[in-house]
Amino acid sequence: MGFALALEQQGVPTIPVSTHAFARLAKATALAAGMPTIRSVFVPQPVVGRSASELRAYIEGTDPILKQPFMKGVLDGLLQPLTDEDLKGATFERSTPRLLEPDTEENLRQLFIEQGWTDYLPVILPTEDLVERMLKGTSLPGDKIVGRMRPTSFREAWEFDIEKVAVNAVMAGARPEYLPVILAMAASGISARSSSTTSWATISVVNGPIRNEIGMNSGVGALGPYNHANATIGRAYCLTSQNVQGGSVPGDTYMGTLGNNWNYTACFAENEERSPWSPFHVDQGFKPTDSTVSVFFGGWYTQSGFGPRETWQDKFIRCLVGTDHYSPPLIVMDPLVARAFVDLGYTKQSLIDWCAQNAKLPARNYWDDQWITTLVRPHAIAGVEPYASRLKAAPDELISIFRPEDIKIVVTGGETQGAFKMIGGRFSTRGPGTENKSNPTGLIDVWR
Amino acid sequence: MAGKITVHDPRGYPPKVVGKRLANRPESLDGKVLYLIDCLFDNADVFMEQLRLWFAQNMPAVETRVVRPRESWVDDPEMRAKVAADGAAAIIGVGL
Repeated sequence: MGFALALEQQGVPTIPVSTHAFARLAKATALAAGMPTIRSVFVPQPVVGRSASELRAYIEGTDPILKQPFMKGVLDGLLQPLTDEDLKGATFERSTPRLLEPDTEENLRQLFIEQGWTDYLPVILPTEDLVERMLKGTSLPGDKIVGRMRPTSFREAWEFDIEKVAVNAVMAGARPEYLPVILAMAASGISARSSSTTSWATISVVNGPIRNEIGMNSGVGALGPYNHANATIGRAYCLTSQNVQGGSVPGDTYMGTLGNNWNYTACFAENEERSPWSPFHVDQGFKPTDSTVSVFFGGWYTQSGFGPRETWQDKFIRCLVGTDHYSPPLIVMDPLVARAFVDLGYTKQSLIDWCAQNAKLPARNYWDDQWITTLVRPHAIAGVEPYASRLKAAPDELISIFRPEDIKIVVTGGETQGAFKMIGGRFSTRGPGTENKSNPTGLIDVWR
Repeated sequence: MAGKITVHDPRGYPPKVVGKRLANRPESLDGKVLYLIDCLFDNADVFMEQLRLWFAQNMPAVETRVVRPRESWVDDPEMRAKVAADGAAAIIGVGL
């Protein structure tokens, strides 16, 4: 859609073709771009996986949205003279008030649900008093701009300030002392409510002194619902994302086909005290005394296991090649597992290197993936390594599916079992729905 | 006001929308260049090839050219400039 809008502005009549499942999204995107009458046409969903003859039938068939022959829509769109609406576009300002009209608590609760401002679990209404109290969690002014966020790369980004984050933090049940963490997450620019069809989520890892200052859990049940700070900080980031970016509404600003339970809340602390290795944020160049939060974009799959036992290498390889390999793994391991790897002679980096060296798929399987084809293949064609070499490989040749820098390890858990998880979690670089492609670890201390 | 409370709006601040007009339409595509832009989404290349074949068989006076941006979901001003330089129209797909 973005190309079509830009080309129309350059004087080239352009018809964007979408599948019918995206009709509402296409209309909303065009309106927000000021070109609501752009002449879109639609084919049935899906296009992925359909044969040439099936796609030819789409072209010779009926547009499922316009209810007319598909090619009539194409040719009319390219050739029919412009209307007054086509010539002027749509100029308008949308505003969101700071405060809503006073109403009863019951009515306001209903309003928040009807407007799609909650996650459908109970929220605390953000009264002036509660928001003012929340703002005491930072020394910074409420009107300081934190950043911009959008549900996906082709939607317009909305701006938000500290007060808006505080409002959503109140709704999530967070305490004022958590606010700097939530602000750092929001400042990442990464939306915890990506609209991608892949149902992405974010998983956030807190490091440094603030973990203990606010009582986060990095012990038993670290990833579960057993700690006020973990639970409400993660939820606050999710609510903040959906509201400051202008919504997360199925069919409009959310297209994840299955949805994702990590979208309710997903935040935990690293167990730095029990880990044999350097804390994650130190690996990223921060000081041990810095407090940081790192946002991983993924949550699409989880592999898990125990060990390392005698056959751990086979188990790890099965897990690694069982991932959805467009989304590299964040390996979360209990301190028992990490220390056992130390006993086997591994450092964190050497274990990551081992994973990257041994996670291999036949080239045929590697490339037979929707996102690898869509997002990685253009780089391979352009000669970018290692993707270019992967593309040159024979179909049965085993090729590496991850680079060492793609794989991250975080240690957490209560040492009741030697357990690990490999969770889809892209740490940096490109990812659908992310505004910030390069710096997903934020310094919390600047938001205190 | 009894029983009523005041709460904050949780939404962010949307950007102002500035209206943009559509490009002028040609009376015909005969003898002109129609760019078919493969947006690189999985299988879009197959769709665009079928569209090219449709024009070749049904509107042979239209010259179609298939082009692709450098990467998915990222603007490619060079490709747009090429299309704008000699294209009478364009079709892009499939996806958003």
